[in-house]
Amino acid sequence: MGVREVNTDKKPVFKKIQATKQMKEIMEQHFREMDEAAKTKSRKVAWCTSVGPAEILRAAGFLVFFPENHGAMLGATRMATDLIPTANAIGYSPDICSYLTADIGSYIQGKSPISKAYPGIDGPPRPDILVFNTNQCRDVQDWFNYYGREWNVPVVGVQTHRGIGTITKAHIDSISEQFKALVPKLEEVSGKKLDYDEFKRVVGLSRDCTDLWQQVLQIASSRPSPLTFFDGTIQMGPAVVMRGEQRAVDFYKVLLAELKQRVEDGVAAVENEKYRLYWEGMPIWGKLRDLSDQFASLNTCVLASTYCSSWVFPALDPDDPFDSMARAYIELLIVRDEDYKERYFENEIDLYGIDGMIFHDAKTCPNNSNNRYGMPERLSKKRYMPTLVINGDLNDLRCYSEEQTRTNIEAFIEQLAEKKSE
Amino acid sequence: MSGEEFFGGVDIGASATKSVIINSQNQLIASDVRKTGVDFEACARESMDVVLASSNLTYQGLAQIFSTGYGRHNVGFAHDSRTEIACHSKAVFHFFPRRTTVVDVGGQDNKIIHIDASGRRENFKMNRKCAAGTGAFLEEVAQRIDIPLDQINSIARQATEVVHMGSYCTVFTKTEILAHLRAGKKIPDIVAGLIESVVKRILEMDPLSGEVVLSGGVVAHNPILAELMSRHLKRPVHILPNAQLAGAFGAALLASEEPED
Repeated sequence: MGVREVNTDKKPVFKKIQATKQMKEIMEQHFREMDEAAKTKSRKVAWCTSVGPAEILRAAGFLVFFPENHGAMLGATRMATDLIPTANAIGYSPDICSYLTADIGSYIQGKSPISKAYPGIDGPPRPDILVFNTNQCRDVQDWFNYYGREWNVPVVGVQTHRGIGTITKAHIDSISEQFKALVPKLEEVSGKKLDYDEFKRVVGLSRDCTDLWQQVLQIASSRPSPLTFFDGTIQMGPAVVMRGEQRAVDFYKVLLAELKQRVEDGVAAVENEKYRLYWEGMPIWGKLRDLSDQFASLNTCVLASTYCSSWVFPALDPDDPFDSMARAYIELLIVRDEDYKERYFENEIDLYGIDGMIFHDAKTCPNNSNNRYGMPERLSKKRYMPTLVINGDLNDLRCYSEEQTRTNIEAFIEQLAEKKSE
Repeated sequence: MSGEEFFGGVDIGASATKSVIINSQNQLIASDVRKTGVDFEACARESMDVVLASSNLTYQGLAQIFSTGYGRHNVGFAHDSRTEIACHSKAVFHFFPRRTTVVDVGGQDNKIIHIDASGRRENFKMNRKCAAGTGAFLEEVAQRIDIPLDQINSIARQATEVVHMGSYCTVFTKTEILAHLRAGKKIPDIVAGLIESVVKRILEMDPLSGEVVLSGGVVAHNPILAELMSRHLKRPVHILPNAQLAGAFGAALLASEEPED
């Protein structure tokens, strides 16, 4: 009797993105420069939230390190789940941001994926100052305050409004003034005056980087898509940690050219692409490969996401650096109200030709889990959009059920297949 | 039996493995239910062997076999697999060929599936990671109060009132039971409260619109669950015939529809 191999048991083969080599090279440069500066004290180092005022820090003479990137590395290497309990044990709840708890656990245990990836580097560079923006969440402030106390270094930041519908001048003025208020402290720590021309140049480079990154993401609207969400989570590294640097711009030009060639040649990221999905919420870093394989084996391309689009800042304007940064960093989906988000998702559905949406309800990241106020139900009703909610977490795999998730995904694709056969 | 085709379905669930054989008229010919052991493949084969023997058939005599359930990918003799969601939907639509809301209360998870008038799934939900509100919850707490699983239904029927459980955590509920016992509450009333707790967990998952059909092993063994749910919804709810076999039966129905390799 013939036994047909079950779809999800097949191991799909993905075509490599050639530009990844260049991305890995510049990421290594980034970490080695940072390590060298911290060890030799040749440059001041600032830690910054991923959607924080990095441009100002660069213009004030700092090298900039992004702990959220370290958090993601802890998740992707599956080190996080072993390190989080260490932070839980000293009073940081398992219910708060698992980037925070994984990172603090990593610090206490002296274990970092950076040292594994780049021999010779012990871990994250010791900062001279920590600068946060609460546009992502309140947890970043408490995360940075831990290290501020630990190392007796200053922690400064920006408090961003939440649940914003229409952005008003008052919003922009508030954030812009808070950015300006950071400058004296930054100058005091760096020992240098903010170079306004350099500031404009950096904002211009950030804008170039972000424009290219947006084009990279939007190329997934092609049929078949040359890019998956899972590719995006890898390729986004420079947009996060080297925004404002020429090498990030150079990299995205190369990546974009390669993807355009894929489109021209009809190269699909997922062979026999039948279903096109949208991923809402955080990646499940420790399960990226498994999920990528499962979707591909079901001829499904998860091709767009809110997450990867979080580093698209079209408002940046080098001629008006403070105010344009204020607008750019408050326009983000994560700080907007439900009505704005609903319109945003509808536009994304149309832009990418989405067949279904997956909402990742991340246990420790409420701000990045947009299923909690009825959004999937509203979109299902309004757009007849099939939706699926997956329970999990960005880093804490104790919150993730492998079998339930696999069954949910498989059943969701069965449902889409039924719908397509109508 | 000449000229007739037969199809198999095997459902390797978290608690029980179920096998069925159906004929070309979609009639149930044989069935088997057994505890799922640690070796899914062996358990599935033993179960299928039993239904084949009781219907005088061999593996070669079955046109197709589909597997489902958590162990669906571990059944080497199956021609293909489908999820439990697909199979329960199929089984329910077979008996209720109209728009329905299916509630499958399983050993380890609950599923709510909305089926349209043509039998297609509109959407589905599974319970979150926690097993509160599933068969596993009843198993855990029944053990705490020394009640055999197969007596839960009959004991709950002796209740004169329902003791309401406040927590949705299985462990907290076990502690809560201690407090109720200390307060002198009667065992049947507590057991009815446990079943009501399962109902409440399900009602938290979905508004359960329209005609509701219950499937799965928990309701097959505890039909009082349907009565308590009906009381909450203020309308009758159905129990699928052979509710525990729903997954395996649905798998066999799907096998009968799929062209053979």
